Formats: sequence, C-alpha cells, structure tokens
Amino acid sequence: MSGTLFEKIWNAHLVSEIGPGTGLILVDRTLLHERTGGVALKSLLAAGRKVYAPRQAFAVMDHIVDTLPGRGDKTMMPTGTEFIRATREGARAAGIRLFDLNDPNQGIVHVMSPELGIVLPGTTLVCPDSHTCTQGALGALAWGIGSTEAEHALATSTLRVKRPRTMRVTIDGTLAPGVTAKDLALYLLGKFGVAGGKGHIVEYAGSAVRALDVEGRMTLCNMATEFAAFSAIIAPDDAVFAYLEGRPFAPTGAMWARAVESWSALRSDDDARFDTELAADARDVAPMITWGTSPQQVVALDGEVPAFAAGHSAREAYDRALSYMALEPGQRLAGLPIDAAFIGSCTNSRLSDLRRAAAILRGRTVKPGVRAICVPGSTEVRRQAESEGIDKVFLSAGFEWRESGCSMCFFAGGESFGPRQRVVSSTNRNFESRQGPQTRSHLASPETVAASAIAGAIADPRKLGR
Amino acid sequence: MEPFTVLTAIAMPLLRDNIDTDIIIPSREMRSVSKKGLADGLFAGWRYRAIGGREPDPDFVLNDPAYAQARILLTGANFGCGSSREHAAWALGEYGFRAIVAPSFNPIFRANCVANGIVPVVLAADVVSAIAQSILPRPAAAPVTVDLVQQLVRTAQGALYSFQIDAEARQMLLEGLDAVELTLKQEDRIAAARKADAEVRPWVYL
Repeated sequence: MSGTLFEKIWNAHLVSEIGPGTGLILVDRTLLHERTGGVALKSLLAAGRKVYAPRQAFAVMDHIVDTLPGRGDKTMMPTGTEFIRATREGARAAGIRLFDLNDPNQGIVHVMSPELGIVLPGTTLVCPDSHTCTQGALGALAWGIGSTEAEHALATSTLRVKRPRTMRVTIDGTLAPGVTAKDLALYLLGKFGVAGGKGHIVEYAGSAVRALDVEGRMTLCNMATEFAAFSAIIAPDDAVFAYLEGRPFAPTGAMWARAVESWSALRSDDDARFDTELAADARDVAPMITWGTSPQQVVALDGEVPAFAAGHSAREAYDRALSYMALEPGQRLAGLPIDAAFIGSCTNSRLSDLRRAAAILRGRTVKPGVRAICVPGSTEVRRQAESEGIDKVFLSAGFEWRESGCSMCFFAGGESFGPRQRVVSSTNRNFESRQGPQTRSHLASPETVAASAIAGAIADPRKLGR
Repeated sequence: MEPFTVLTAIAMPLLRDNIDTDIIIPSREMRSVSKKGLADGLFAGWRYRAIGGREPDPDFVLNDPAYAQARILLTGANFGCGSSREHAAWALGEYGFRAIVAPSFNPIFRANCVANGIVPVVLAADVVSAIAQSILPRPAAAPVTVDLVQQLVRTAQGALYSFQIDAEARQMLLEGLDAVELTLKQEDRIAAARKADAEVRPWVYL
C-alpha cells in the first residue's frame, strides 16, 4: 500500500482509532525540560500516577539555567531555582534519566537528543516545547505538546492525537554559496506566511533538502513551528544513518543493522498523495533577515523594508511591527547599526553553525560597543568546539563564550538585551520583547550574525573582504 | 475539569492575527512551578504600562471596564502561535475566558485549550469581525452565546453561526473528561501494541 512517510509512522504507532480523525498513538520518547517539564512531573505525581515507561523518558536542564561560567542552581531568573529543583526532584521520583546541569551530555533538548541518538528514525517523540519539530530532521515524528499532554504521554506512553493533514514542500535547485538552511527556513516563512503550514505535518523534500547536512536539516525543521505546522519531517537517508551510528542511545551491532534496514523503508512512496503540495526553488533564496516582529516579516539581506501589501499581515500588525522596530518602509536593512549579536538556540548552535561563524570571525574583531554572545547548544558542542580552538576565535574576536543552554533566545525575567536595543540573532523568534523588554530582534544565519557583529551593523557575510 | 455546554457572556475583541503565547503570557510571568497564579500575567506586555509593572495601560482592551466580565475572546488567525507553554491556556482560563473564537489556532495551543476546558471555536475572519461589531457599543447589553452542544455561536441580535470541532475534543469538553483516565481504560490494548511493536522495532525499547 502506498503512503506518505507520515502515514507509515502513524500506522505503525496507532493503538486504536478513538474518534473520527483522532488516534491513540504510541509515544516512543518523551522529553522534558525544566521550564515546562517540572510542572508536568509535579502534577503527574500529585495525581498519584506513575511514569508508564521510565526508560523511554528523559529530562534535561536547558531553558532557564544560567549560561555564565561557574553556574549552579541559582539563576538570574527570579524563582528559576524553584524550576530547576522541582524538575530534579520530579525526575528522581519518576525514575527517569535526567541530564542535570553539570552532566557532560547536558544541552538544549533539541541539540542533545539527536547528539545522543535518543531520537531515531521512525520513532514518535514528544516534548512540551514547540521546537520539538527540529528532531523530525532525523526521520522521526517529533512534535511539541503542552504540559497536560506531557503528563498523558508519561502516564500512558500514548497520546490522543488529531491526525494532521499532510503537506509536502519540495525545494529543488541548489542553494548559492553562503546561503544556508536558516536562510531557506526564513525564505519559506516569507513566501508562504506564518500560517502557511497550518495543521499539517510538513515533509521537506527535493534536491536542495537532500543536499543539506543533518544539522542543516535540523535548522530547517526547527522553524516549522513558526509555520504553524503540526511538525516537520525529512525522510532519513545514509547521511542520517551515518550521523546516528555510534551515538550512545543508538542501537549497536546486529540490532543496528536491523534498524537501518527498517529505516531505509521510511520514505513517501512515489505515488503517495499529500493534502497540500508547495514548491520553492533554492536558487531564489538569498541570505535573509527579518525586519519585523513576526518571522514572516523577512527580506533578503540586501533588500529593504517592504511597503505594506495586503496578504499575510493586516495593516495594524504591519504598522505596529514597524513602530516597534523603529523602521520605515523602503529603509535598507544592510548597514543598520546594531547593539548586540547572539549566536545560540535550538535553531543554530550546533558545531557546524559555530564553525561557519568562526570562519567569519577569525582574525577580526567585534565593533566596539557591540555586545556579542555565543552560547553552544550543548556541553558536547562546547567541548568539541574548544578542542578545535573555536572558542579562542570567538573570544579573541570579542564574543562572550558561554555554557550551554537556551540563554537569551528568550527573556525569562533574568538576563536580557536592553530596551530598544537592536540585536541580530541566530534564534527563531523575533516577537515583541522576546529577547528582553522592547528589544528589537532581527533573525538571521550565524554567518550573518558574525558579520554584523564585526561591522557593528547588519552586514552580508559574503561581502566581507579578506 | 469543568464541563462546557452552553455559555452566554460578554465577548472581548482583540482582532489581531498571529498573537503568540509570549504575548498571552510572557516567559517572565511564569514565576512558579504551578498551573496557578498566572491570571495577573495575562497579556502583561500589552496590559501594563511598564514591563514587570502592574499599572494598567487604559488603551488596552482588557483594561476597558466594559469587558471586565468577559468570558469569550474574539481574536485573529493563528492564535496561540509560538511557544508551546500551556501557561497561555492556564492564564486565559484563570482570568475567566472559557471560549476563544478565531479563524484558526496554533495546533499545540488548541490542544492545550481542550485539555483545560476552554473551547476553541473556529469561524471565518469576516464572521469573527461581524460578531465583534454586534457587541458594540454596549458589550454587556449584547452578550454572545457559545453553544457547544449544537456547535453554534449566537449574537444578541440573533445571528447564528455554526462551527466545526472534532468529535474527540467536543466530547472531552462537554463531559469535562480526564484524558489520562480515559486512555488508561485501554491499558490492555496499549500493552499489546507495545509488545507487538517491540518485536518489530526492538531498538526503541532498549
């Protein structure tokens, strides 16, 4: 029987149909972090319930932990310690594996989980975090849930899921040199809008997707939640198998061979039908930057703030975004002075991201007055980067070099950028006050963040002379 | 969870598209490891004059005394986008909202609403605008009815709009069901499915 990749995974996990269009689905992995997971564990235990399959659940500290050297349970976020301790106690009481603050495998949940082989092709994986879609890059059905759903997944190893519609986004052609998965993700949001994937499981396909390395695929899938999608997925291939082989939680030996054979069948059949098909040409993608307060408010780096056009956004939202960002229609983005630069987050904090940014920073210095911060996505990424001397490149350029965590991707009441400060950021959300009260965030690739830090203004990494 | 059947209440219009969960409840307002104590943080960035402050901004609709008793929120497309934080649903619920009428919802937020007894009503943008018009100029004199039994929204002037909601969500809301209890009734089937799956995909269960 022919079907889409999603349908194959769905059918393999379907316990029962519990209503028209709703299935009871086996959950293979439940991941928790201290920001939302602590509440779920506390509430589960208070209800007198146990975790059904503790070996299939994992918890990590990432969201509100300090990323300054020498960190401990105290964080800059008021009451943050309470979240850390509640998660630690909850994980212990529930008998689930916790990657605590000083664990060598600690990291942002969507960075450390692939790194450890916790996510595997064909598995279902949930986490009370909207960027769980990142992990679809490995061929898993991975999606974000709420805390109550997390309790359900922990207590029953299943979830009641409204079956999403299927969408294929085919991107053929070749990305130009210096154009990355992040630029592609932003380009798609600009082209199709932040509701473009509404209620769909999006399968990214096409030669440009196939050509991305596994970390680039994670970046692309990461922003599917900004696309209003249920999740995103990419059919696993040899690149994924090579990425996973030998990871601590991946199968080994004969079991590995058996798994790879099974995973090799995980793709949409040629005659599979999708509810919606979208297409884009990789050759149309340039380095991108957001100008507004929604990820769809994005233009090519050498472009300008567009005039209002009916479509994705209403007039009020357009005017509000311009006023918040202190910009005018027709204004060029390149050359706009910045106050800060941030490289980190589950979108762009992996080793390849840091390597590419370091290639731009090497031998250069951040413009005086610009605050520049790099937060590796996991303790392992940090360790590997340090073994390659990448930390030295960042530090001698004038960047801060941090411990791993979500850090200033968002403002939780502790550390933030200043009011009305303009920040170029490798993160995923440019919402109002996302990175601090009244902070103005421009989303871009790590290369663009690095180039902008050096120029002290939004700058195209391809135009830096040597 | 409190069951929901029919609610007649003041509706509050906040007709903007893409209102994200950072707007509904900023991360800095999630101060304790609890589902409670969030109502004061609802729409904090728009509701108060200063970040972290509590002085109401009179220009924001939530601070308009005409809507003080509002239990229904009328809003724009893609409501609840962004972070998965269920605190957004908890804050709306604790404040008193029991139904949200919008052209579309973010899927995680929509599930969070259902899990917390808040009805996500999907109606076309022009219909939501028409309902918002119908409550003016005196919202208290023109309450809106959300009828989950008949899947209808009714204005005080008698306009009727039917809406779709999937059967599972409707049942959960109508009966105020605990999903975990309901699912655990299928424990045998779950165990059997896991056993069968472990034979096909043993590496998942290592």
